[in-house]
Amino acid sequence: MALFQSKHLSGVHAPHYKNTAELPPVRMPVPGKVYISMQQHMGAPCQPLVKKGDSVKVGQLIGESTAFMSAPVHSSVSGQVVELGEIINVNSSRATCVVVETDGEQTVHESVRPPEVNDTASFLEAVKASGLVGLGGAGFPTFIKLNPKNVDEVDTLVVNGAECEPYITTDFRTMMDDTDNLFTGIALIKKYLTIQNVYIGVEKNKPQAIELLQKRCETLEGYHVVALDDKYPKGAEKVIAYETCGRVIPEGKLPSDVGIIVSNVTSVAFIAKYIKTGMPLIEKNLTVDGSAVAEPKNVTALIGTTYEDVIGFCGGYKSEPKLLIMGGPMMGLSVYSDQYPVVKNNNAVLAFDSVDAENLKETACIRCGRCIRACPYHLMPASFEAAYKAHDLETLKKLKVNLCMECGCCSYICPARRPLVMVNRLSKKLLLAEQKKTGGK
Amino acid sequence: MAEKLIVKSSPHIKSPVNTQRIMLDVIIAMVPALLCSVFIFGFRALLLTVVCVFSCVVFEYASRALMKRENTISDLSAVVTGMLLAFNLPVTFPFWIAVIGSFFAIVIVKQLFGGIGQNFVNPAIAARVFLLISFATPMTDWVIPKLTNDGIALVSGATPLPLLAQGKMLMMPPYHYMLFGLRGGCLGETAILALLLGGLYLIVRGVITPTIPVVYLGTVAVLSLLFGVDPIFHLLSGGVVLGAFFMATDYTTSPATERGKVIFALGCGLITMLIRVFGSYPEGASFSILFMNILVPHINNLTRLTPFAAVKAQKKNKAKEGQA
Repeated sequence: MALFQSKHLSGVHAPHYKNTAELPPVRMPVPGKVYISMQQHMGAPCQPLVKKGDSVKVGQLIGESTAFMSAPVHSSVSGQVVELGEIINVNSSRATCVVVETDGEQTVHESVRPPEVNDTASFLEAVKASGLVGLGGAGFPTFIKLNPKNVDEVDTLVVNGAECEPYITTDFRTMMDDTDNLFTGIALIKKYLTIQNVYIGVEKNKPQAIELLQKRCETLEGYHVVALDDKYPKGAEKVIAYETCGRVIPEGKLPSDVGIIVSNVTSVAFIAKYIKTGMPLIEKNLTVDGSAVAEPKNVTALIGTTYEDVIGFCGGYKSEPKLLIMGGPMMGLSVYSDQYPVVKNNNAVLAFDSVDAENLKETACIRCGRCIRACPYHLMPASFEAAYKAHDLETLKKLKVNLCMECGCCSYICPARRPLVMVNRLSKKLLLAEQKKTGGK
Repeated sequence: MAEKLIVKSSPHIKSPVNTQRIMLDVIIAMVPALLCSVFIFGFRALLLTVVCVFSCVVFEYASRALMKRENTISDLSAVVTGMLLAFNLPVTFPFWIAVIGSFFAIVIVKQLFGGIGQNFVNPAIAARVFLLISFATPMTDWVIPKLTNDGIALVSGATPLPLLAQGKMLMMPPYHYMLFGLRGGCLGETAILALLLGGLYLIVRGVITPTIPVVYLGTVAVLSLLFGVDPIFHLLSGGVVLGAFFMATDYTTSPATERGKVIFALGCGLITMLIRVFGSYPEGASFSILFMNILVPHINNLTRLTPFAAVKAQKKNKAKEGQA
């Protein structure tokens, strides 16, 4: 019954809190020590190529993997490796961590020079060598995304500038400050992947960016700027694909299966920068904000800088922090220590001091249906919860809990404060464990 | 520096709207109708409402305490039930029977089934039907507000729907009287304009979606035309407007999806009109909602949503991981 389903996907009107939108990123000084994790992407961790006592230079390859699904890691500083430690990642996996004591010289490594790009193969090789991963937050290795099996069928590039997470403004700053690189990057992808249509999706809460991009697109053929409703989560891959060019990515399929590639604005701009300079991904723009941060701002931080140093650069804590989030408040992960280092797919560090951080008291479900109306994928979170509690795997499967992208809309909107997303995650784990038990059917 | 950090599941911000706030909005939406009823039926209307609310809250507190469950009176749902129950009683109703009605609504219908969110029928409606059957005489002891030079006088008489059933067309109040609530009836159901105002508030505040009231009232109007009776009269009389905005929209006892709500409201409208036109009771709004309440689990099963981009079950569906 299409009559009762709106053309647009649902979501929630989360507050924007884009406090730092007017602040272009400020470059942080080189910290005394950096902690470079070998796992900064989705896929296999890298093996360190350096050992204790080695000296490294800026842009030097220090981690590599033979696995297909991986992205190389480069040193963000010049100095000496003082330790190869173990780091517990925020998703609780473990990886080796290269600790470098910086010399402050920031000597650039000899290997850093503009790559030779003259065809598709060399372009993809360059993207791979740059160490680029999806900078929107998921950290999917970009060269894999740009190299689908059915590359001939891909005709559309969706550039994701939605930035739907509250607080974060780094993608907005990319669109405003790095517009040339953004368009060069789009042109490169367009050229080497023979793409006809480009859709740039931007949430309506960034009218300046929309206006600027529209002006640039006027003279370009096949470029469209789409103003998206400022309803979280417009920046989710399947959501932005549907909202910009109307393509539906079916369950279990990749965007390329429906002829599109979705990439974040900052990732696209980085490709242009890399092709120009040859400097791999060694720094990241971060939004530093939250009630416990003295001077919220956007910063450019070297990969491996600790959150303590980042927040220290922003005036330190103005009050005792209770919650430290890597990423935005809707999908970001809370960390237990500010000794965590900045990783590639990091786009914000938020520190809060107040009740926002406390778990609100959970009350009985009143079956109001808000979670159902909020879910962008038309799932029924309250039913998942009931099925999970009853350990009813059949129902969980039937209701498609596996489609949940964990955007958090249901938990956000629930008037009974029930942790619905958490239950969805647990349900997915339960199904996965069951699958393993029954032989992966 | 940063010690004792809390690690928790995202999202880290939550909507400020909680259960208590929703119930408070429902109470606010009922205030105009309550004020009108006090103006039309006198101070006893307020007194009866207070008795119902107070006894509902006491029963809620006592039954939770007795069952050693967490106290839930702060969610204000018992206040809403009390107000709705009072709205469904004639102003002359004895207080002691009203207390019995509150007991039935809160203890029997709501708490014995697990409290808020677990009752399978609307407590206020169930209590009204219980009282209507058990205490038929006081439940139909109507007074009619008449405009006089000194204000409003109350005289005993019949409500519009029985008048219609008996064919006493001349004694029926004109439309504009009915719009302002100057007719016989339960104390909260007569002031149609005040109820519409409250309903609009609920929709604007996002407490309810317009689906159920619009479809319910629309069905009543269309069926009136089909049965050859006056649609405006049928919308303005009885408890359909109160029912459509405040009782059929009860979260727990109405379907979760918009499609389900349409089926539910169609059923409410159909049963209301069947009882009114062909049944032996003059009014059918509460019976219709009660009956449709019972069907809600089935409607929910029938109207499950198809997930966005889901692949049909017959194909082997491998759990997809890794949305970039």
